[in-house]
Amino acid sequence: MKPFAYRRADDVAAAVALLSQDRHAVFLGGGTNLVDHLRLGVATPDTLVDVSRLPLDRIEELPGGGLRVGATVRNSDLAADPLVRQRYPVLSQALLSGASGQLRNAATTAGNLLQRTRCVYFQDVTTACNKRDPGSGCSALGGYQRYHAILGASPECTATHPSDMAVAMAALDAVVQVVGPDGERAVPIGDFHRLPGDRPHHDTVLGHGDLVTAVDLPPLPETVRSRYRKVRDRASYAFALVSVAAALDVRDGVVADVRIALGGVAHKPWRASLAEQELRGAPATEDSFRRAAEAELAAAQPVDGNAFKVPLARNTLVATLRELTGGTPR
Amino acid sequence: MRVTFTVNGRPQEADDVWEGESLLYVLRERMGLPGSKNACEQGECGSCTVRLDGVPVCSCLVAAGQVQGRRVDTVEGLAGEDGELSAIQQAFVDAGAVQCGFCTPGLLVAADELLEHNPSPSDGDIREALSGNLCRCTGYEKILDAVRLAAARTGQGV
Ligand SMILES: Cc1cc2nc3c(=O)[nH]c(=O)nc-3n(C[C@H](O)[C@H](O)[C@H](O)COP(=O)(O)OP(=O)(O)OC[C@H]3O[C@@H](n4cnc5c(N)ncnc54)[C@H](O)[C@@H]3O)c2cc1C
Ligand code: FES
Ligand code: FES
Repeated sequence: MKPFAYRRADDVAAAVALLSQDRHAVFLGGGTNLVDHLRLGVATPDTLVDVSRLPLDRIEELPGGGLRVGATVRNSDLAADPLVRQRYPVLSQALLSGASGQLRNAATTAGNLLQRTRCVYFQDVTTACNKRDPGSGCSALGGYQRYHAILGASPECTATHPSDMAVAMAALDAVVQVVGPDGERAVPIGDFHRLPGDRPHHDTVLGHGDLVTAVDLPPLPETVRSRYRKVRDRASYAFALVSVAAALDVRDGVVADVRIALGGVAHKPWRASLAEQELRGAPATEDSFRRAAEAELAAAQPVDGNAFKVPLARNTLVATLRELTGGTPR
Repeated sequence: MRVTFTVNGRPQEADDVWEGESLLYVLRERMGLPGSKNACEQGECGSCTVRLDGVPVCSCLVAAGQVQGRRVDTVEGLAGEDGELSAIQQAFVDAGAVQCGFCTPGLLVAADELLEHNPSPSDGDIREALSGNLCRCTGYEKILDAVRLAAARTGQGV
């Protein structure tokens, strides 16, 4: 492991200032991704600025019924929060489907959003990887691609974003609050993570020194039901092959509103806008669900190793919507 | 750097800690507490599980500096001062839930915490609570038996 210094930031301004002074400093949240990467040599900072104890550990009500989730709220606390469970079951379910109890107890909201891909080549410093080492090539092309993208990939990178939480937040139209060297800004979650293009080493639109301080969850109408469904290689404690976060509002048998995001299929949580368009105003039937899923996946570009994800994503989306139209509300 | 924190109820201080050390390393190599095991060092296996401010975490993924001023409880803190085994430890012995024993400390810490906040867990609760702890030997059945046994005994006030 490359030696580094450890600093604890006392407030947001100090955290941002510490990074601004040092090109090779990084923020440390719960450490469950970054400490691993330090050991693997995937991350080689010269300073860790620990932001896990900043006073950003609260979940607050926003006017109008939304919630502001602080950046250092632990994943397990967010999943268990009564207001989150009541208003955004999809988010609670997504969090609980991720990692293990030990990891969720340590992981933070911001760290989860900013966790890096689990692509085996990214994590193996002996292989070429454009994300880890820009310009070195992509070993996944023609390699092991079971966990790789079927949508929005580039010749430079076909990695997927591994977060479950972020997929739920994408369906909820969350807004990421950022404080950086140039002040504060709010980034809609759909614009927060990037597609790889020719700059796969940038996972998000954040610049050096940008600190995530909170994630805002807009209110959902009372009549909306939401759910997260994750398909993986074993029943627990595995990353998603495919996941679906959906929020559905059906009135008189017709889809009044719907938001859908897919996980495990792209470099970012994939907002399924084409499926949503297809569904709005359509009867809430299996037929419509299937047509919508097919509309979204028409652009999929699978390879041999992950071709199964196309029917899997379609069927998982249909099943999730079907579940949301039956049973008790919310 | 110097790191000061509470381990199993006692204030402890470690000097000349290198920033890259994990909490697991500090416990094992500096504090003479080798109960927490080092297996994967990647958060996958749970054999390094300790409680940090009460909640179970993988100590292999906690940077040493992060524990400054905090409370850590390890498997060594489960038994009484006199060496008497805690309910969960005794149940592991009685149920035959230990083979090579490498996973056992992490499982004990995780199971102990589960029973503390959920004294009569369902099988689903137990499976989920222990899903972050891998065991290569037992096939898990005896481990589930042990947790059920500890829950039953504690429920009866034994
Ligand atoms: C064995 C294992 C299994 C897992 N399984 C799953 C799973 O099934 N689903 C899933 O979703 N996740 C899973 N995870 C990943 C886990 O969710 C992440 O490691 C965790 O959410 C990261 O949060 P953290 O606070 O520990 O981040 P850290 O490791 O501390 O940081 C991660 C990144 O975020 C940056 N960062 C942290 N805080 C801030 C901030 N406030 N502002 C800006 N940047 C910041 C850091 O610089 C770093 O780049 C798994 C992890 C492991 C080890
Ligand atoms: S050694 Fe920490 S989880 Fe395996
Ligand atoms: S008893 Fe050997 S790993 Fe569990």
